[in-house]
Amino acid sequence: MQKEATIRDPLILGKKSYHDITKDVARPVEGKANKYWWILFSLSFVLFLWGVLSIAYTVGTGIGVWGLNKTVNWAWDITNFVWWIGIGHAGTLISAVLLLFRQKWRMSINRSAEAMTIFAVVQAALFPIIHMGRPWLAYYVFPIPNQFGSLWMNFNSPLIWDVFAISTYFSVSVVFWYIGLIPDFAMIRDRMSATISPMKKQLYSFLSFGWSGKAKHWQRFEEVSLVLAGLATPLVFSVHSIVSMDFATSIIPGWHTTIFPPYFVLGALFSGFAMVETLLIIMRKVVNLESYITVKHIEYMNIIILLTGSLVGTAYITELFMSWYSGVEFEQYAFLNRATGPYWWAYAIMMSCNVLTPQLYWIKSIRTSFVATFILSIFVNIGMWFERFVIIVTSLHRDFLPSSWSMFSPSFIDIGIYLGTIGFFFVLFLLYARVFPVIAQAELKTIVKSSGSEYKNKK
Amino acid sequence: MSTNTIYGIFDDEEVLLSSVKEIRSNNIEIKEVYSPFPVHGLDKALGLKETRMAITSFIYGCLGLTLGSLMIYYMMQVDWPQNIGGKPNWTFYHNVPAFVPVLFECTVLFAAHLMSITYLFRNGLFPGAKSDSPDERTTDDKFLMEIEVEGDASAIKEILKKTGASEINEKDF
Repeated sequence: MQKEATIRDPLILGKKSYHDITKDVARPVEGKANKYWWILFSLSFVLFLWGVLSIAYTVGTGIGVWGLNKTVNWAWDITNFVWWIGIGHAGTLISAVLLLFRQKWRMSINRSAEAMTIFAVVQAALFPIIHMGRPWLAYYVFPIPNQFGSLWMNFNSPLIWDVFAISTYFSVSVVFWYIGLIPDFAMIRDRMSATISPMKKQLYSFLSFGWSGKAKHWQRFEEVSLVLAGLATPLVFSVHSIVSMDFATSIIPGWHTTIFPPYFVLGALFSGFAMVETLLIIMRKVVNLESYITVKHIEYMNIIILLTGSLVGTAYITELFMSWYSGVEFEQYAFLNRATGPYWWAYAIMMSCNVLTPQLYWIKSIRTSFVATFILSIFVNIGMWFERFVIIVTSLHRDFLPSSWSMFSPSFIDIGIYLGTIGFFFVLFLLYARVFPVIAQAELKTIVKSSGSEYKNKK
Repeated sequence: MSTNTIYGIFDDEEVLLSSVKEIRSNNIEIKEVYSPFPVHGLDKALGLKETRMAITSFIYGCLGLTLGSLMIYYMMQVDWPQNIGGKPNWTFYHNVPAFVPVLFECTVLFAAHLMSITYLFRNGLFPGAKSDSPDERTTDDKFLMEIEVEGDASAIKEILKKTGASEINEKDF
């Protein structure tokens, strides 16, 4: 049995036996959706439909329907891409890095955080594909033998690194998630009655791959989880580093900086944890998981947000310092223009939402409040979106020739696609919350005795 | 003489663990243990060998690195060499820093996926496979020990009962 210090607060509240955990995890799958679920689902579905129409119009007409112009030739699409990829990072951090660090509190949130990762990467991957203009030729990015005169991709290009990084990240995340899901699907399968719901029983029987929980299987399961965590950890850091190299390997002032990889990875974790909080605070209400996703989990995540937010702030200031210290006029102008040029308001939103408001988490009553955390997590989501917007648009809109200087304003379609992906993300997440075991119950049962409140208070 | 299978069902993993140790010290072979979650120390108590999953992953990773290098070498050096931005591109080793990201991703891709496939294959898990657990409650909150005996089983049942089994079932073949 695993031991834990008695002074630590319990991670599972209430009197929970193994069977209670089984019931609580299976309840959303077996029961009917409540009112909140339907309201959220309908809203998300409307946004999703708007997104589908916008994407269809873009593909049918061409990307000229976006607000892009000759100078600002990358804007919302790449902003949204980086934003979504960044959000995905927290899921892998929770499931892999915290596993390696043996952080037990990850167990009631890792399943949902990984689901969030997968759904966020799906949204992110949409943007480069739409931006290709001819998405039916998207397979050109893969190294497949072809008839176009042995035309291969250029392995020196960061865009191709991105293709490899994101497809590896996506598929490894899905596998990691599924390996953990197999025992939990088996639990649901064994609860389903073959006479009352034969279809469901068959579905979960199919999904659970015939898992039965033999000792040898568990032994392999634990080792495979550990090795996958070990592989996913450098993977997650590589993905956002490579995304940042899309910018850092170019010669645009404001992009051409060596600080980008660590700065982007930190920003990704920062925004990802904020999105995990936004989702989990909603989810614990919608599927009644108040005993498992506790104020302790929120507090721990807030501490990570405080840390990464402060590091991101340090990176902003380092960037400003380096642009001055470099002595390069263009660099200096790029950063001065960010803070005081026509997009000063975007820079101000970025600074206040990412650097200032997370500092409120130094106060214990704020970082242990669900309401405050929910509001501040939305702030971080907004701030991190603006960070990418500031980096991308302000660096481009003042081109090398003043005659080509211009501004960017999004079109109706730009907005539609962005909100559409938010809708799509929530549609996927809400469906997940009704079909999948939302808590890694097999793992969670291993800590009931060391960290359940009933057992803690007995001692 | 007929072969019987005895199922000892336990409610608690610590009781199960001490029972496993007791039974094995009496030189009785345990056929299988089913549990709802990984029980810490159970593999050692049962005398299971260490799993070699991590080793397979390392081998697959090396394979991925090799295949990735060969792929890039063939595409960038052999089949269609290109001068890209005047960067040194005449040999593979001159150009390898730019290939590191893709080589790394190939390594991880192979290591993770092939290990997972090996894991599923070795465990006999695949879509449509049927669970062979003798009791459906073993994925919920019960721990089940399966022992095959030839002839008289009363001694084993006695030990099981003494070490805290909550239920003891028997199946004839």
